Amino acid sequence: MLATVLVVAPLVAIFIYLVYKGASSLNLAFFTHNPVPVGETGGGMANAIAGSAILLGLGSLIGVPIGIAGGIFLAEFGRSTKLANAVRFTADVLNGVPSIVMGIAIYSLVVVPQGHFSAFSGGVVLGIMMIPTVCRTTEEMLLMVPNAVREAALALGVPNWRSVLAITVKTASPGIITGCMLAFARVAGETAPLIFTAFGNVDWSSNLNQPIAALPLQIYVYAISPFDEWHRLAWAGSLVLIILIVLAVSLVRFVTSRGVLKGAS
Amino acid sequence: MSEIRIRQPQLLPESGPPAEPPSVGAHEVSAIRAFLLSRGNSALADRGFHWLMVLCALSIFGIVVLIACELMVRSRLAWGQFGLDFFYKAFIDTYTNKPMYWDPVNGHFSALPFLYGTLVSSFLALLLAVPLAIGVAVFLTEMCPGFLRAPLAFITELLAAIPSVIYGLWAVFVLVPLLREHINPWLISGLGWTGFFGDDNPTGLGFVAAGVILAIMILPIISSLTREVMTAVPNSQREAVLALGATRWEMIRMGVLRNARIGIVGAIILGLGRALGETMAVAMVIGNSPQIQRSLLANGSTMSAVIANEFAEASSDLHLSALMELGLALFIVTIIVNAIARMLVWAVTRGAPSSAH
Repeated sequence: MLATVLVVAPLVAIFIYLVYKGASSLNLAFFTHNPVPVGETGGGMANAIAGSAILLGLGSLIGVPIGIAGGIFLAEFGRSTKLANAVRFTADVLNGVPSIVMGIAIYSLVVVPQGHFSAFSGGVVLGIMMIPTVCRTTEEMLLMVPNAVREAALALGVPNWRSVLAITVKTASPGIITGCMLAFARVAGETAPLIFTAFGNVDWSSNLNQPIAALPLQIYVYAISPFDEWHRLAWAGSLVLIILIVLAVSLVRFVTSRGVLKGAS
Repeated sequence: MSEIRIRQPQLLPESGPPAEPPSVGAHEVSAIRAFLLSRGNSALADRGFHWLMVLCALSIFGIVVLIACELMVRSRLAWGQFGLDFFYKAFIDTYTNKPMYWDPVNGHFSALPFLYGTLVSSFLALLLAVPLAIGVAVFLTEMCPGFLRAPLAFITELLAAIPSVIYGLWAVFVLVPLLREHINPWLISGLGWTGFFGDDNPTGLGFVAAGVILAIMILPIISSLTREVMTAVPNSQREAVLALGATRWEMIRMGVLRNARIGIVGAIILGLGRALGETMAVAMVIGNSPQIQRSLLANGSTMSAVIANEFAEASSDLHLSALMELGLALFIVTIIVNAIARMLVWAVTRGAPSSAH
């Protein structure tokens, strides 16, 4: 059908252009050097890659446990109670809140009391944005675990909390990990909320209390700059980011299409 | 058409959304499990675990409430200063007698141009994206050869995962020059007489650029949700329409689209919600000037774009507060839009048979 061709064509064009532009400007220096001042050639985004890793690690630390716990509640305890439905709905709503709004809220919650921009606040934003996705996929995966497995565990005299953690969650763990990867890929490219939380940094920084560079943020700064050299780096950065995300999404697809829970049922 | 709809109730029970085996994913705790749970001997640990999980689930509530409260508190200054005028009034500049909307230097703030920009760019995006998205969904569910289906679905999924800053980058270096060199002159010469395509902006940035990039970004969401809704339409519906001698197109129109329309509307509204809040790509191509012009090729700005651009270096408390108020407005609007959309999509995919007629 014509519509599909019309849609797929520009999309494929984006990819090809990105790969072409990115690959031609990607080199070893990109991964090993920090940004250089305007006018000098060379330089890379080593600090931004490290910064993104730190921010995402921090985000996962916050988002994954809360998300999984929320999912456990929905699947194991709440089921179809009013509270569970309300939580489900809130999670979906939270998923739809624009990232920029999340950013200004965390700015006033964390950055203002702290008095300065920090990596910590950036991690908090990313963590909160991961919660809804992790929560809903965890719930879905847990619901796929047959009740017989739970009953078998309980019949052996295992306390309920151990049955949930060691039996149900463990059975569903490939699916849950998949959900976490999905959330991870989603927030990896977030730029808007980081502008006024992590703020960006041209130097190496691993201090959680200081502003920190992030890959998407650096791409944005370079993209709107007037310098060709910086544009080149922006393309290279985009390629790196997109490769990471494509890898994550493909992994997710691979795992889910193989039927995660086949062994369990 | 009416005969088909009368038959509907009889056809539905045989095939709905795939029925799950009773024990898998059943929403009620079974009697056996309830019995086993009741004689557990580790009541304290169990209770503790239960409440820990409840606490985490409640924290999701907490986050939403906290965000709302924080935005309200921080925007009180602007609210006190401008009240409701913030959303619909402009200030008349005493020197030039022209309306002024956003003037951080003199402390005049009005959300009007940003509301306008957000609405115009989002609706432009919907206008472009909806027909294409439905086309893609129809193609994928009804007429796509099997070997193409998986790769196409994968591409759509991938598109949804591309960060908006990369869309923005592509738009700045590929889309905007394309518009500037080829499409805009054509629009101006062809449709300039309507007044919607003025030729006073040679940069290629503006509402049209923002609308196009937004359309590309919301396409995957709308089409994948539409696809989901359309697969929930039972096959017997299609077969019934075909058996009456309908052509393939008539089958799609009457048998599928008609039954799935509520869900499709939901998908479109969800896409709208995404378009309203989209920030980076729009901020990079819309031109960022707080003005209201009839021409769609003129520069503009949106609520999210102005927050992204000015928040980190807001010049005064009032400025910050005005930006917070914009954020609050955006928050409320997207929550409402998303809530409506979710309900519509749920109505179709969950209780598919009952809501189809």
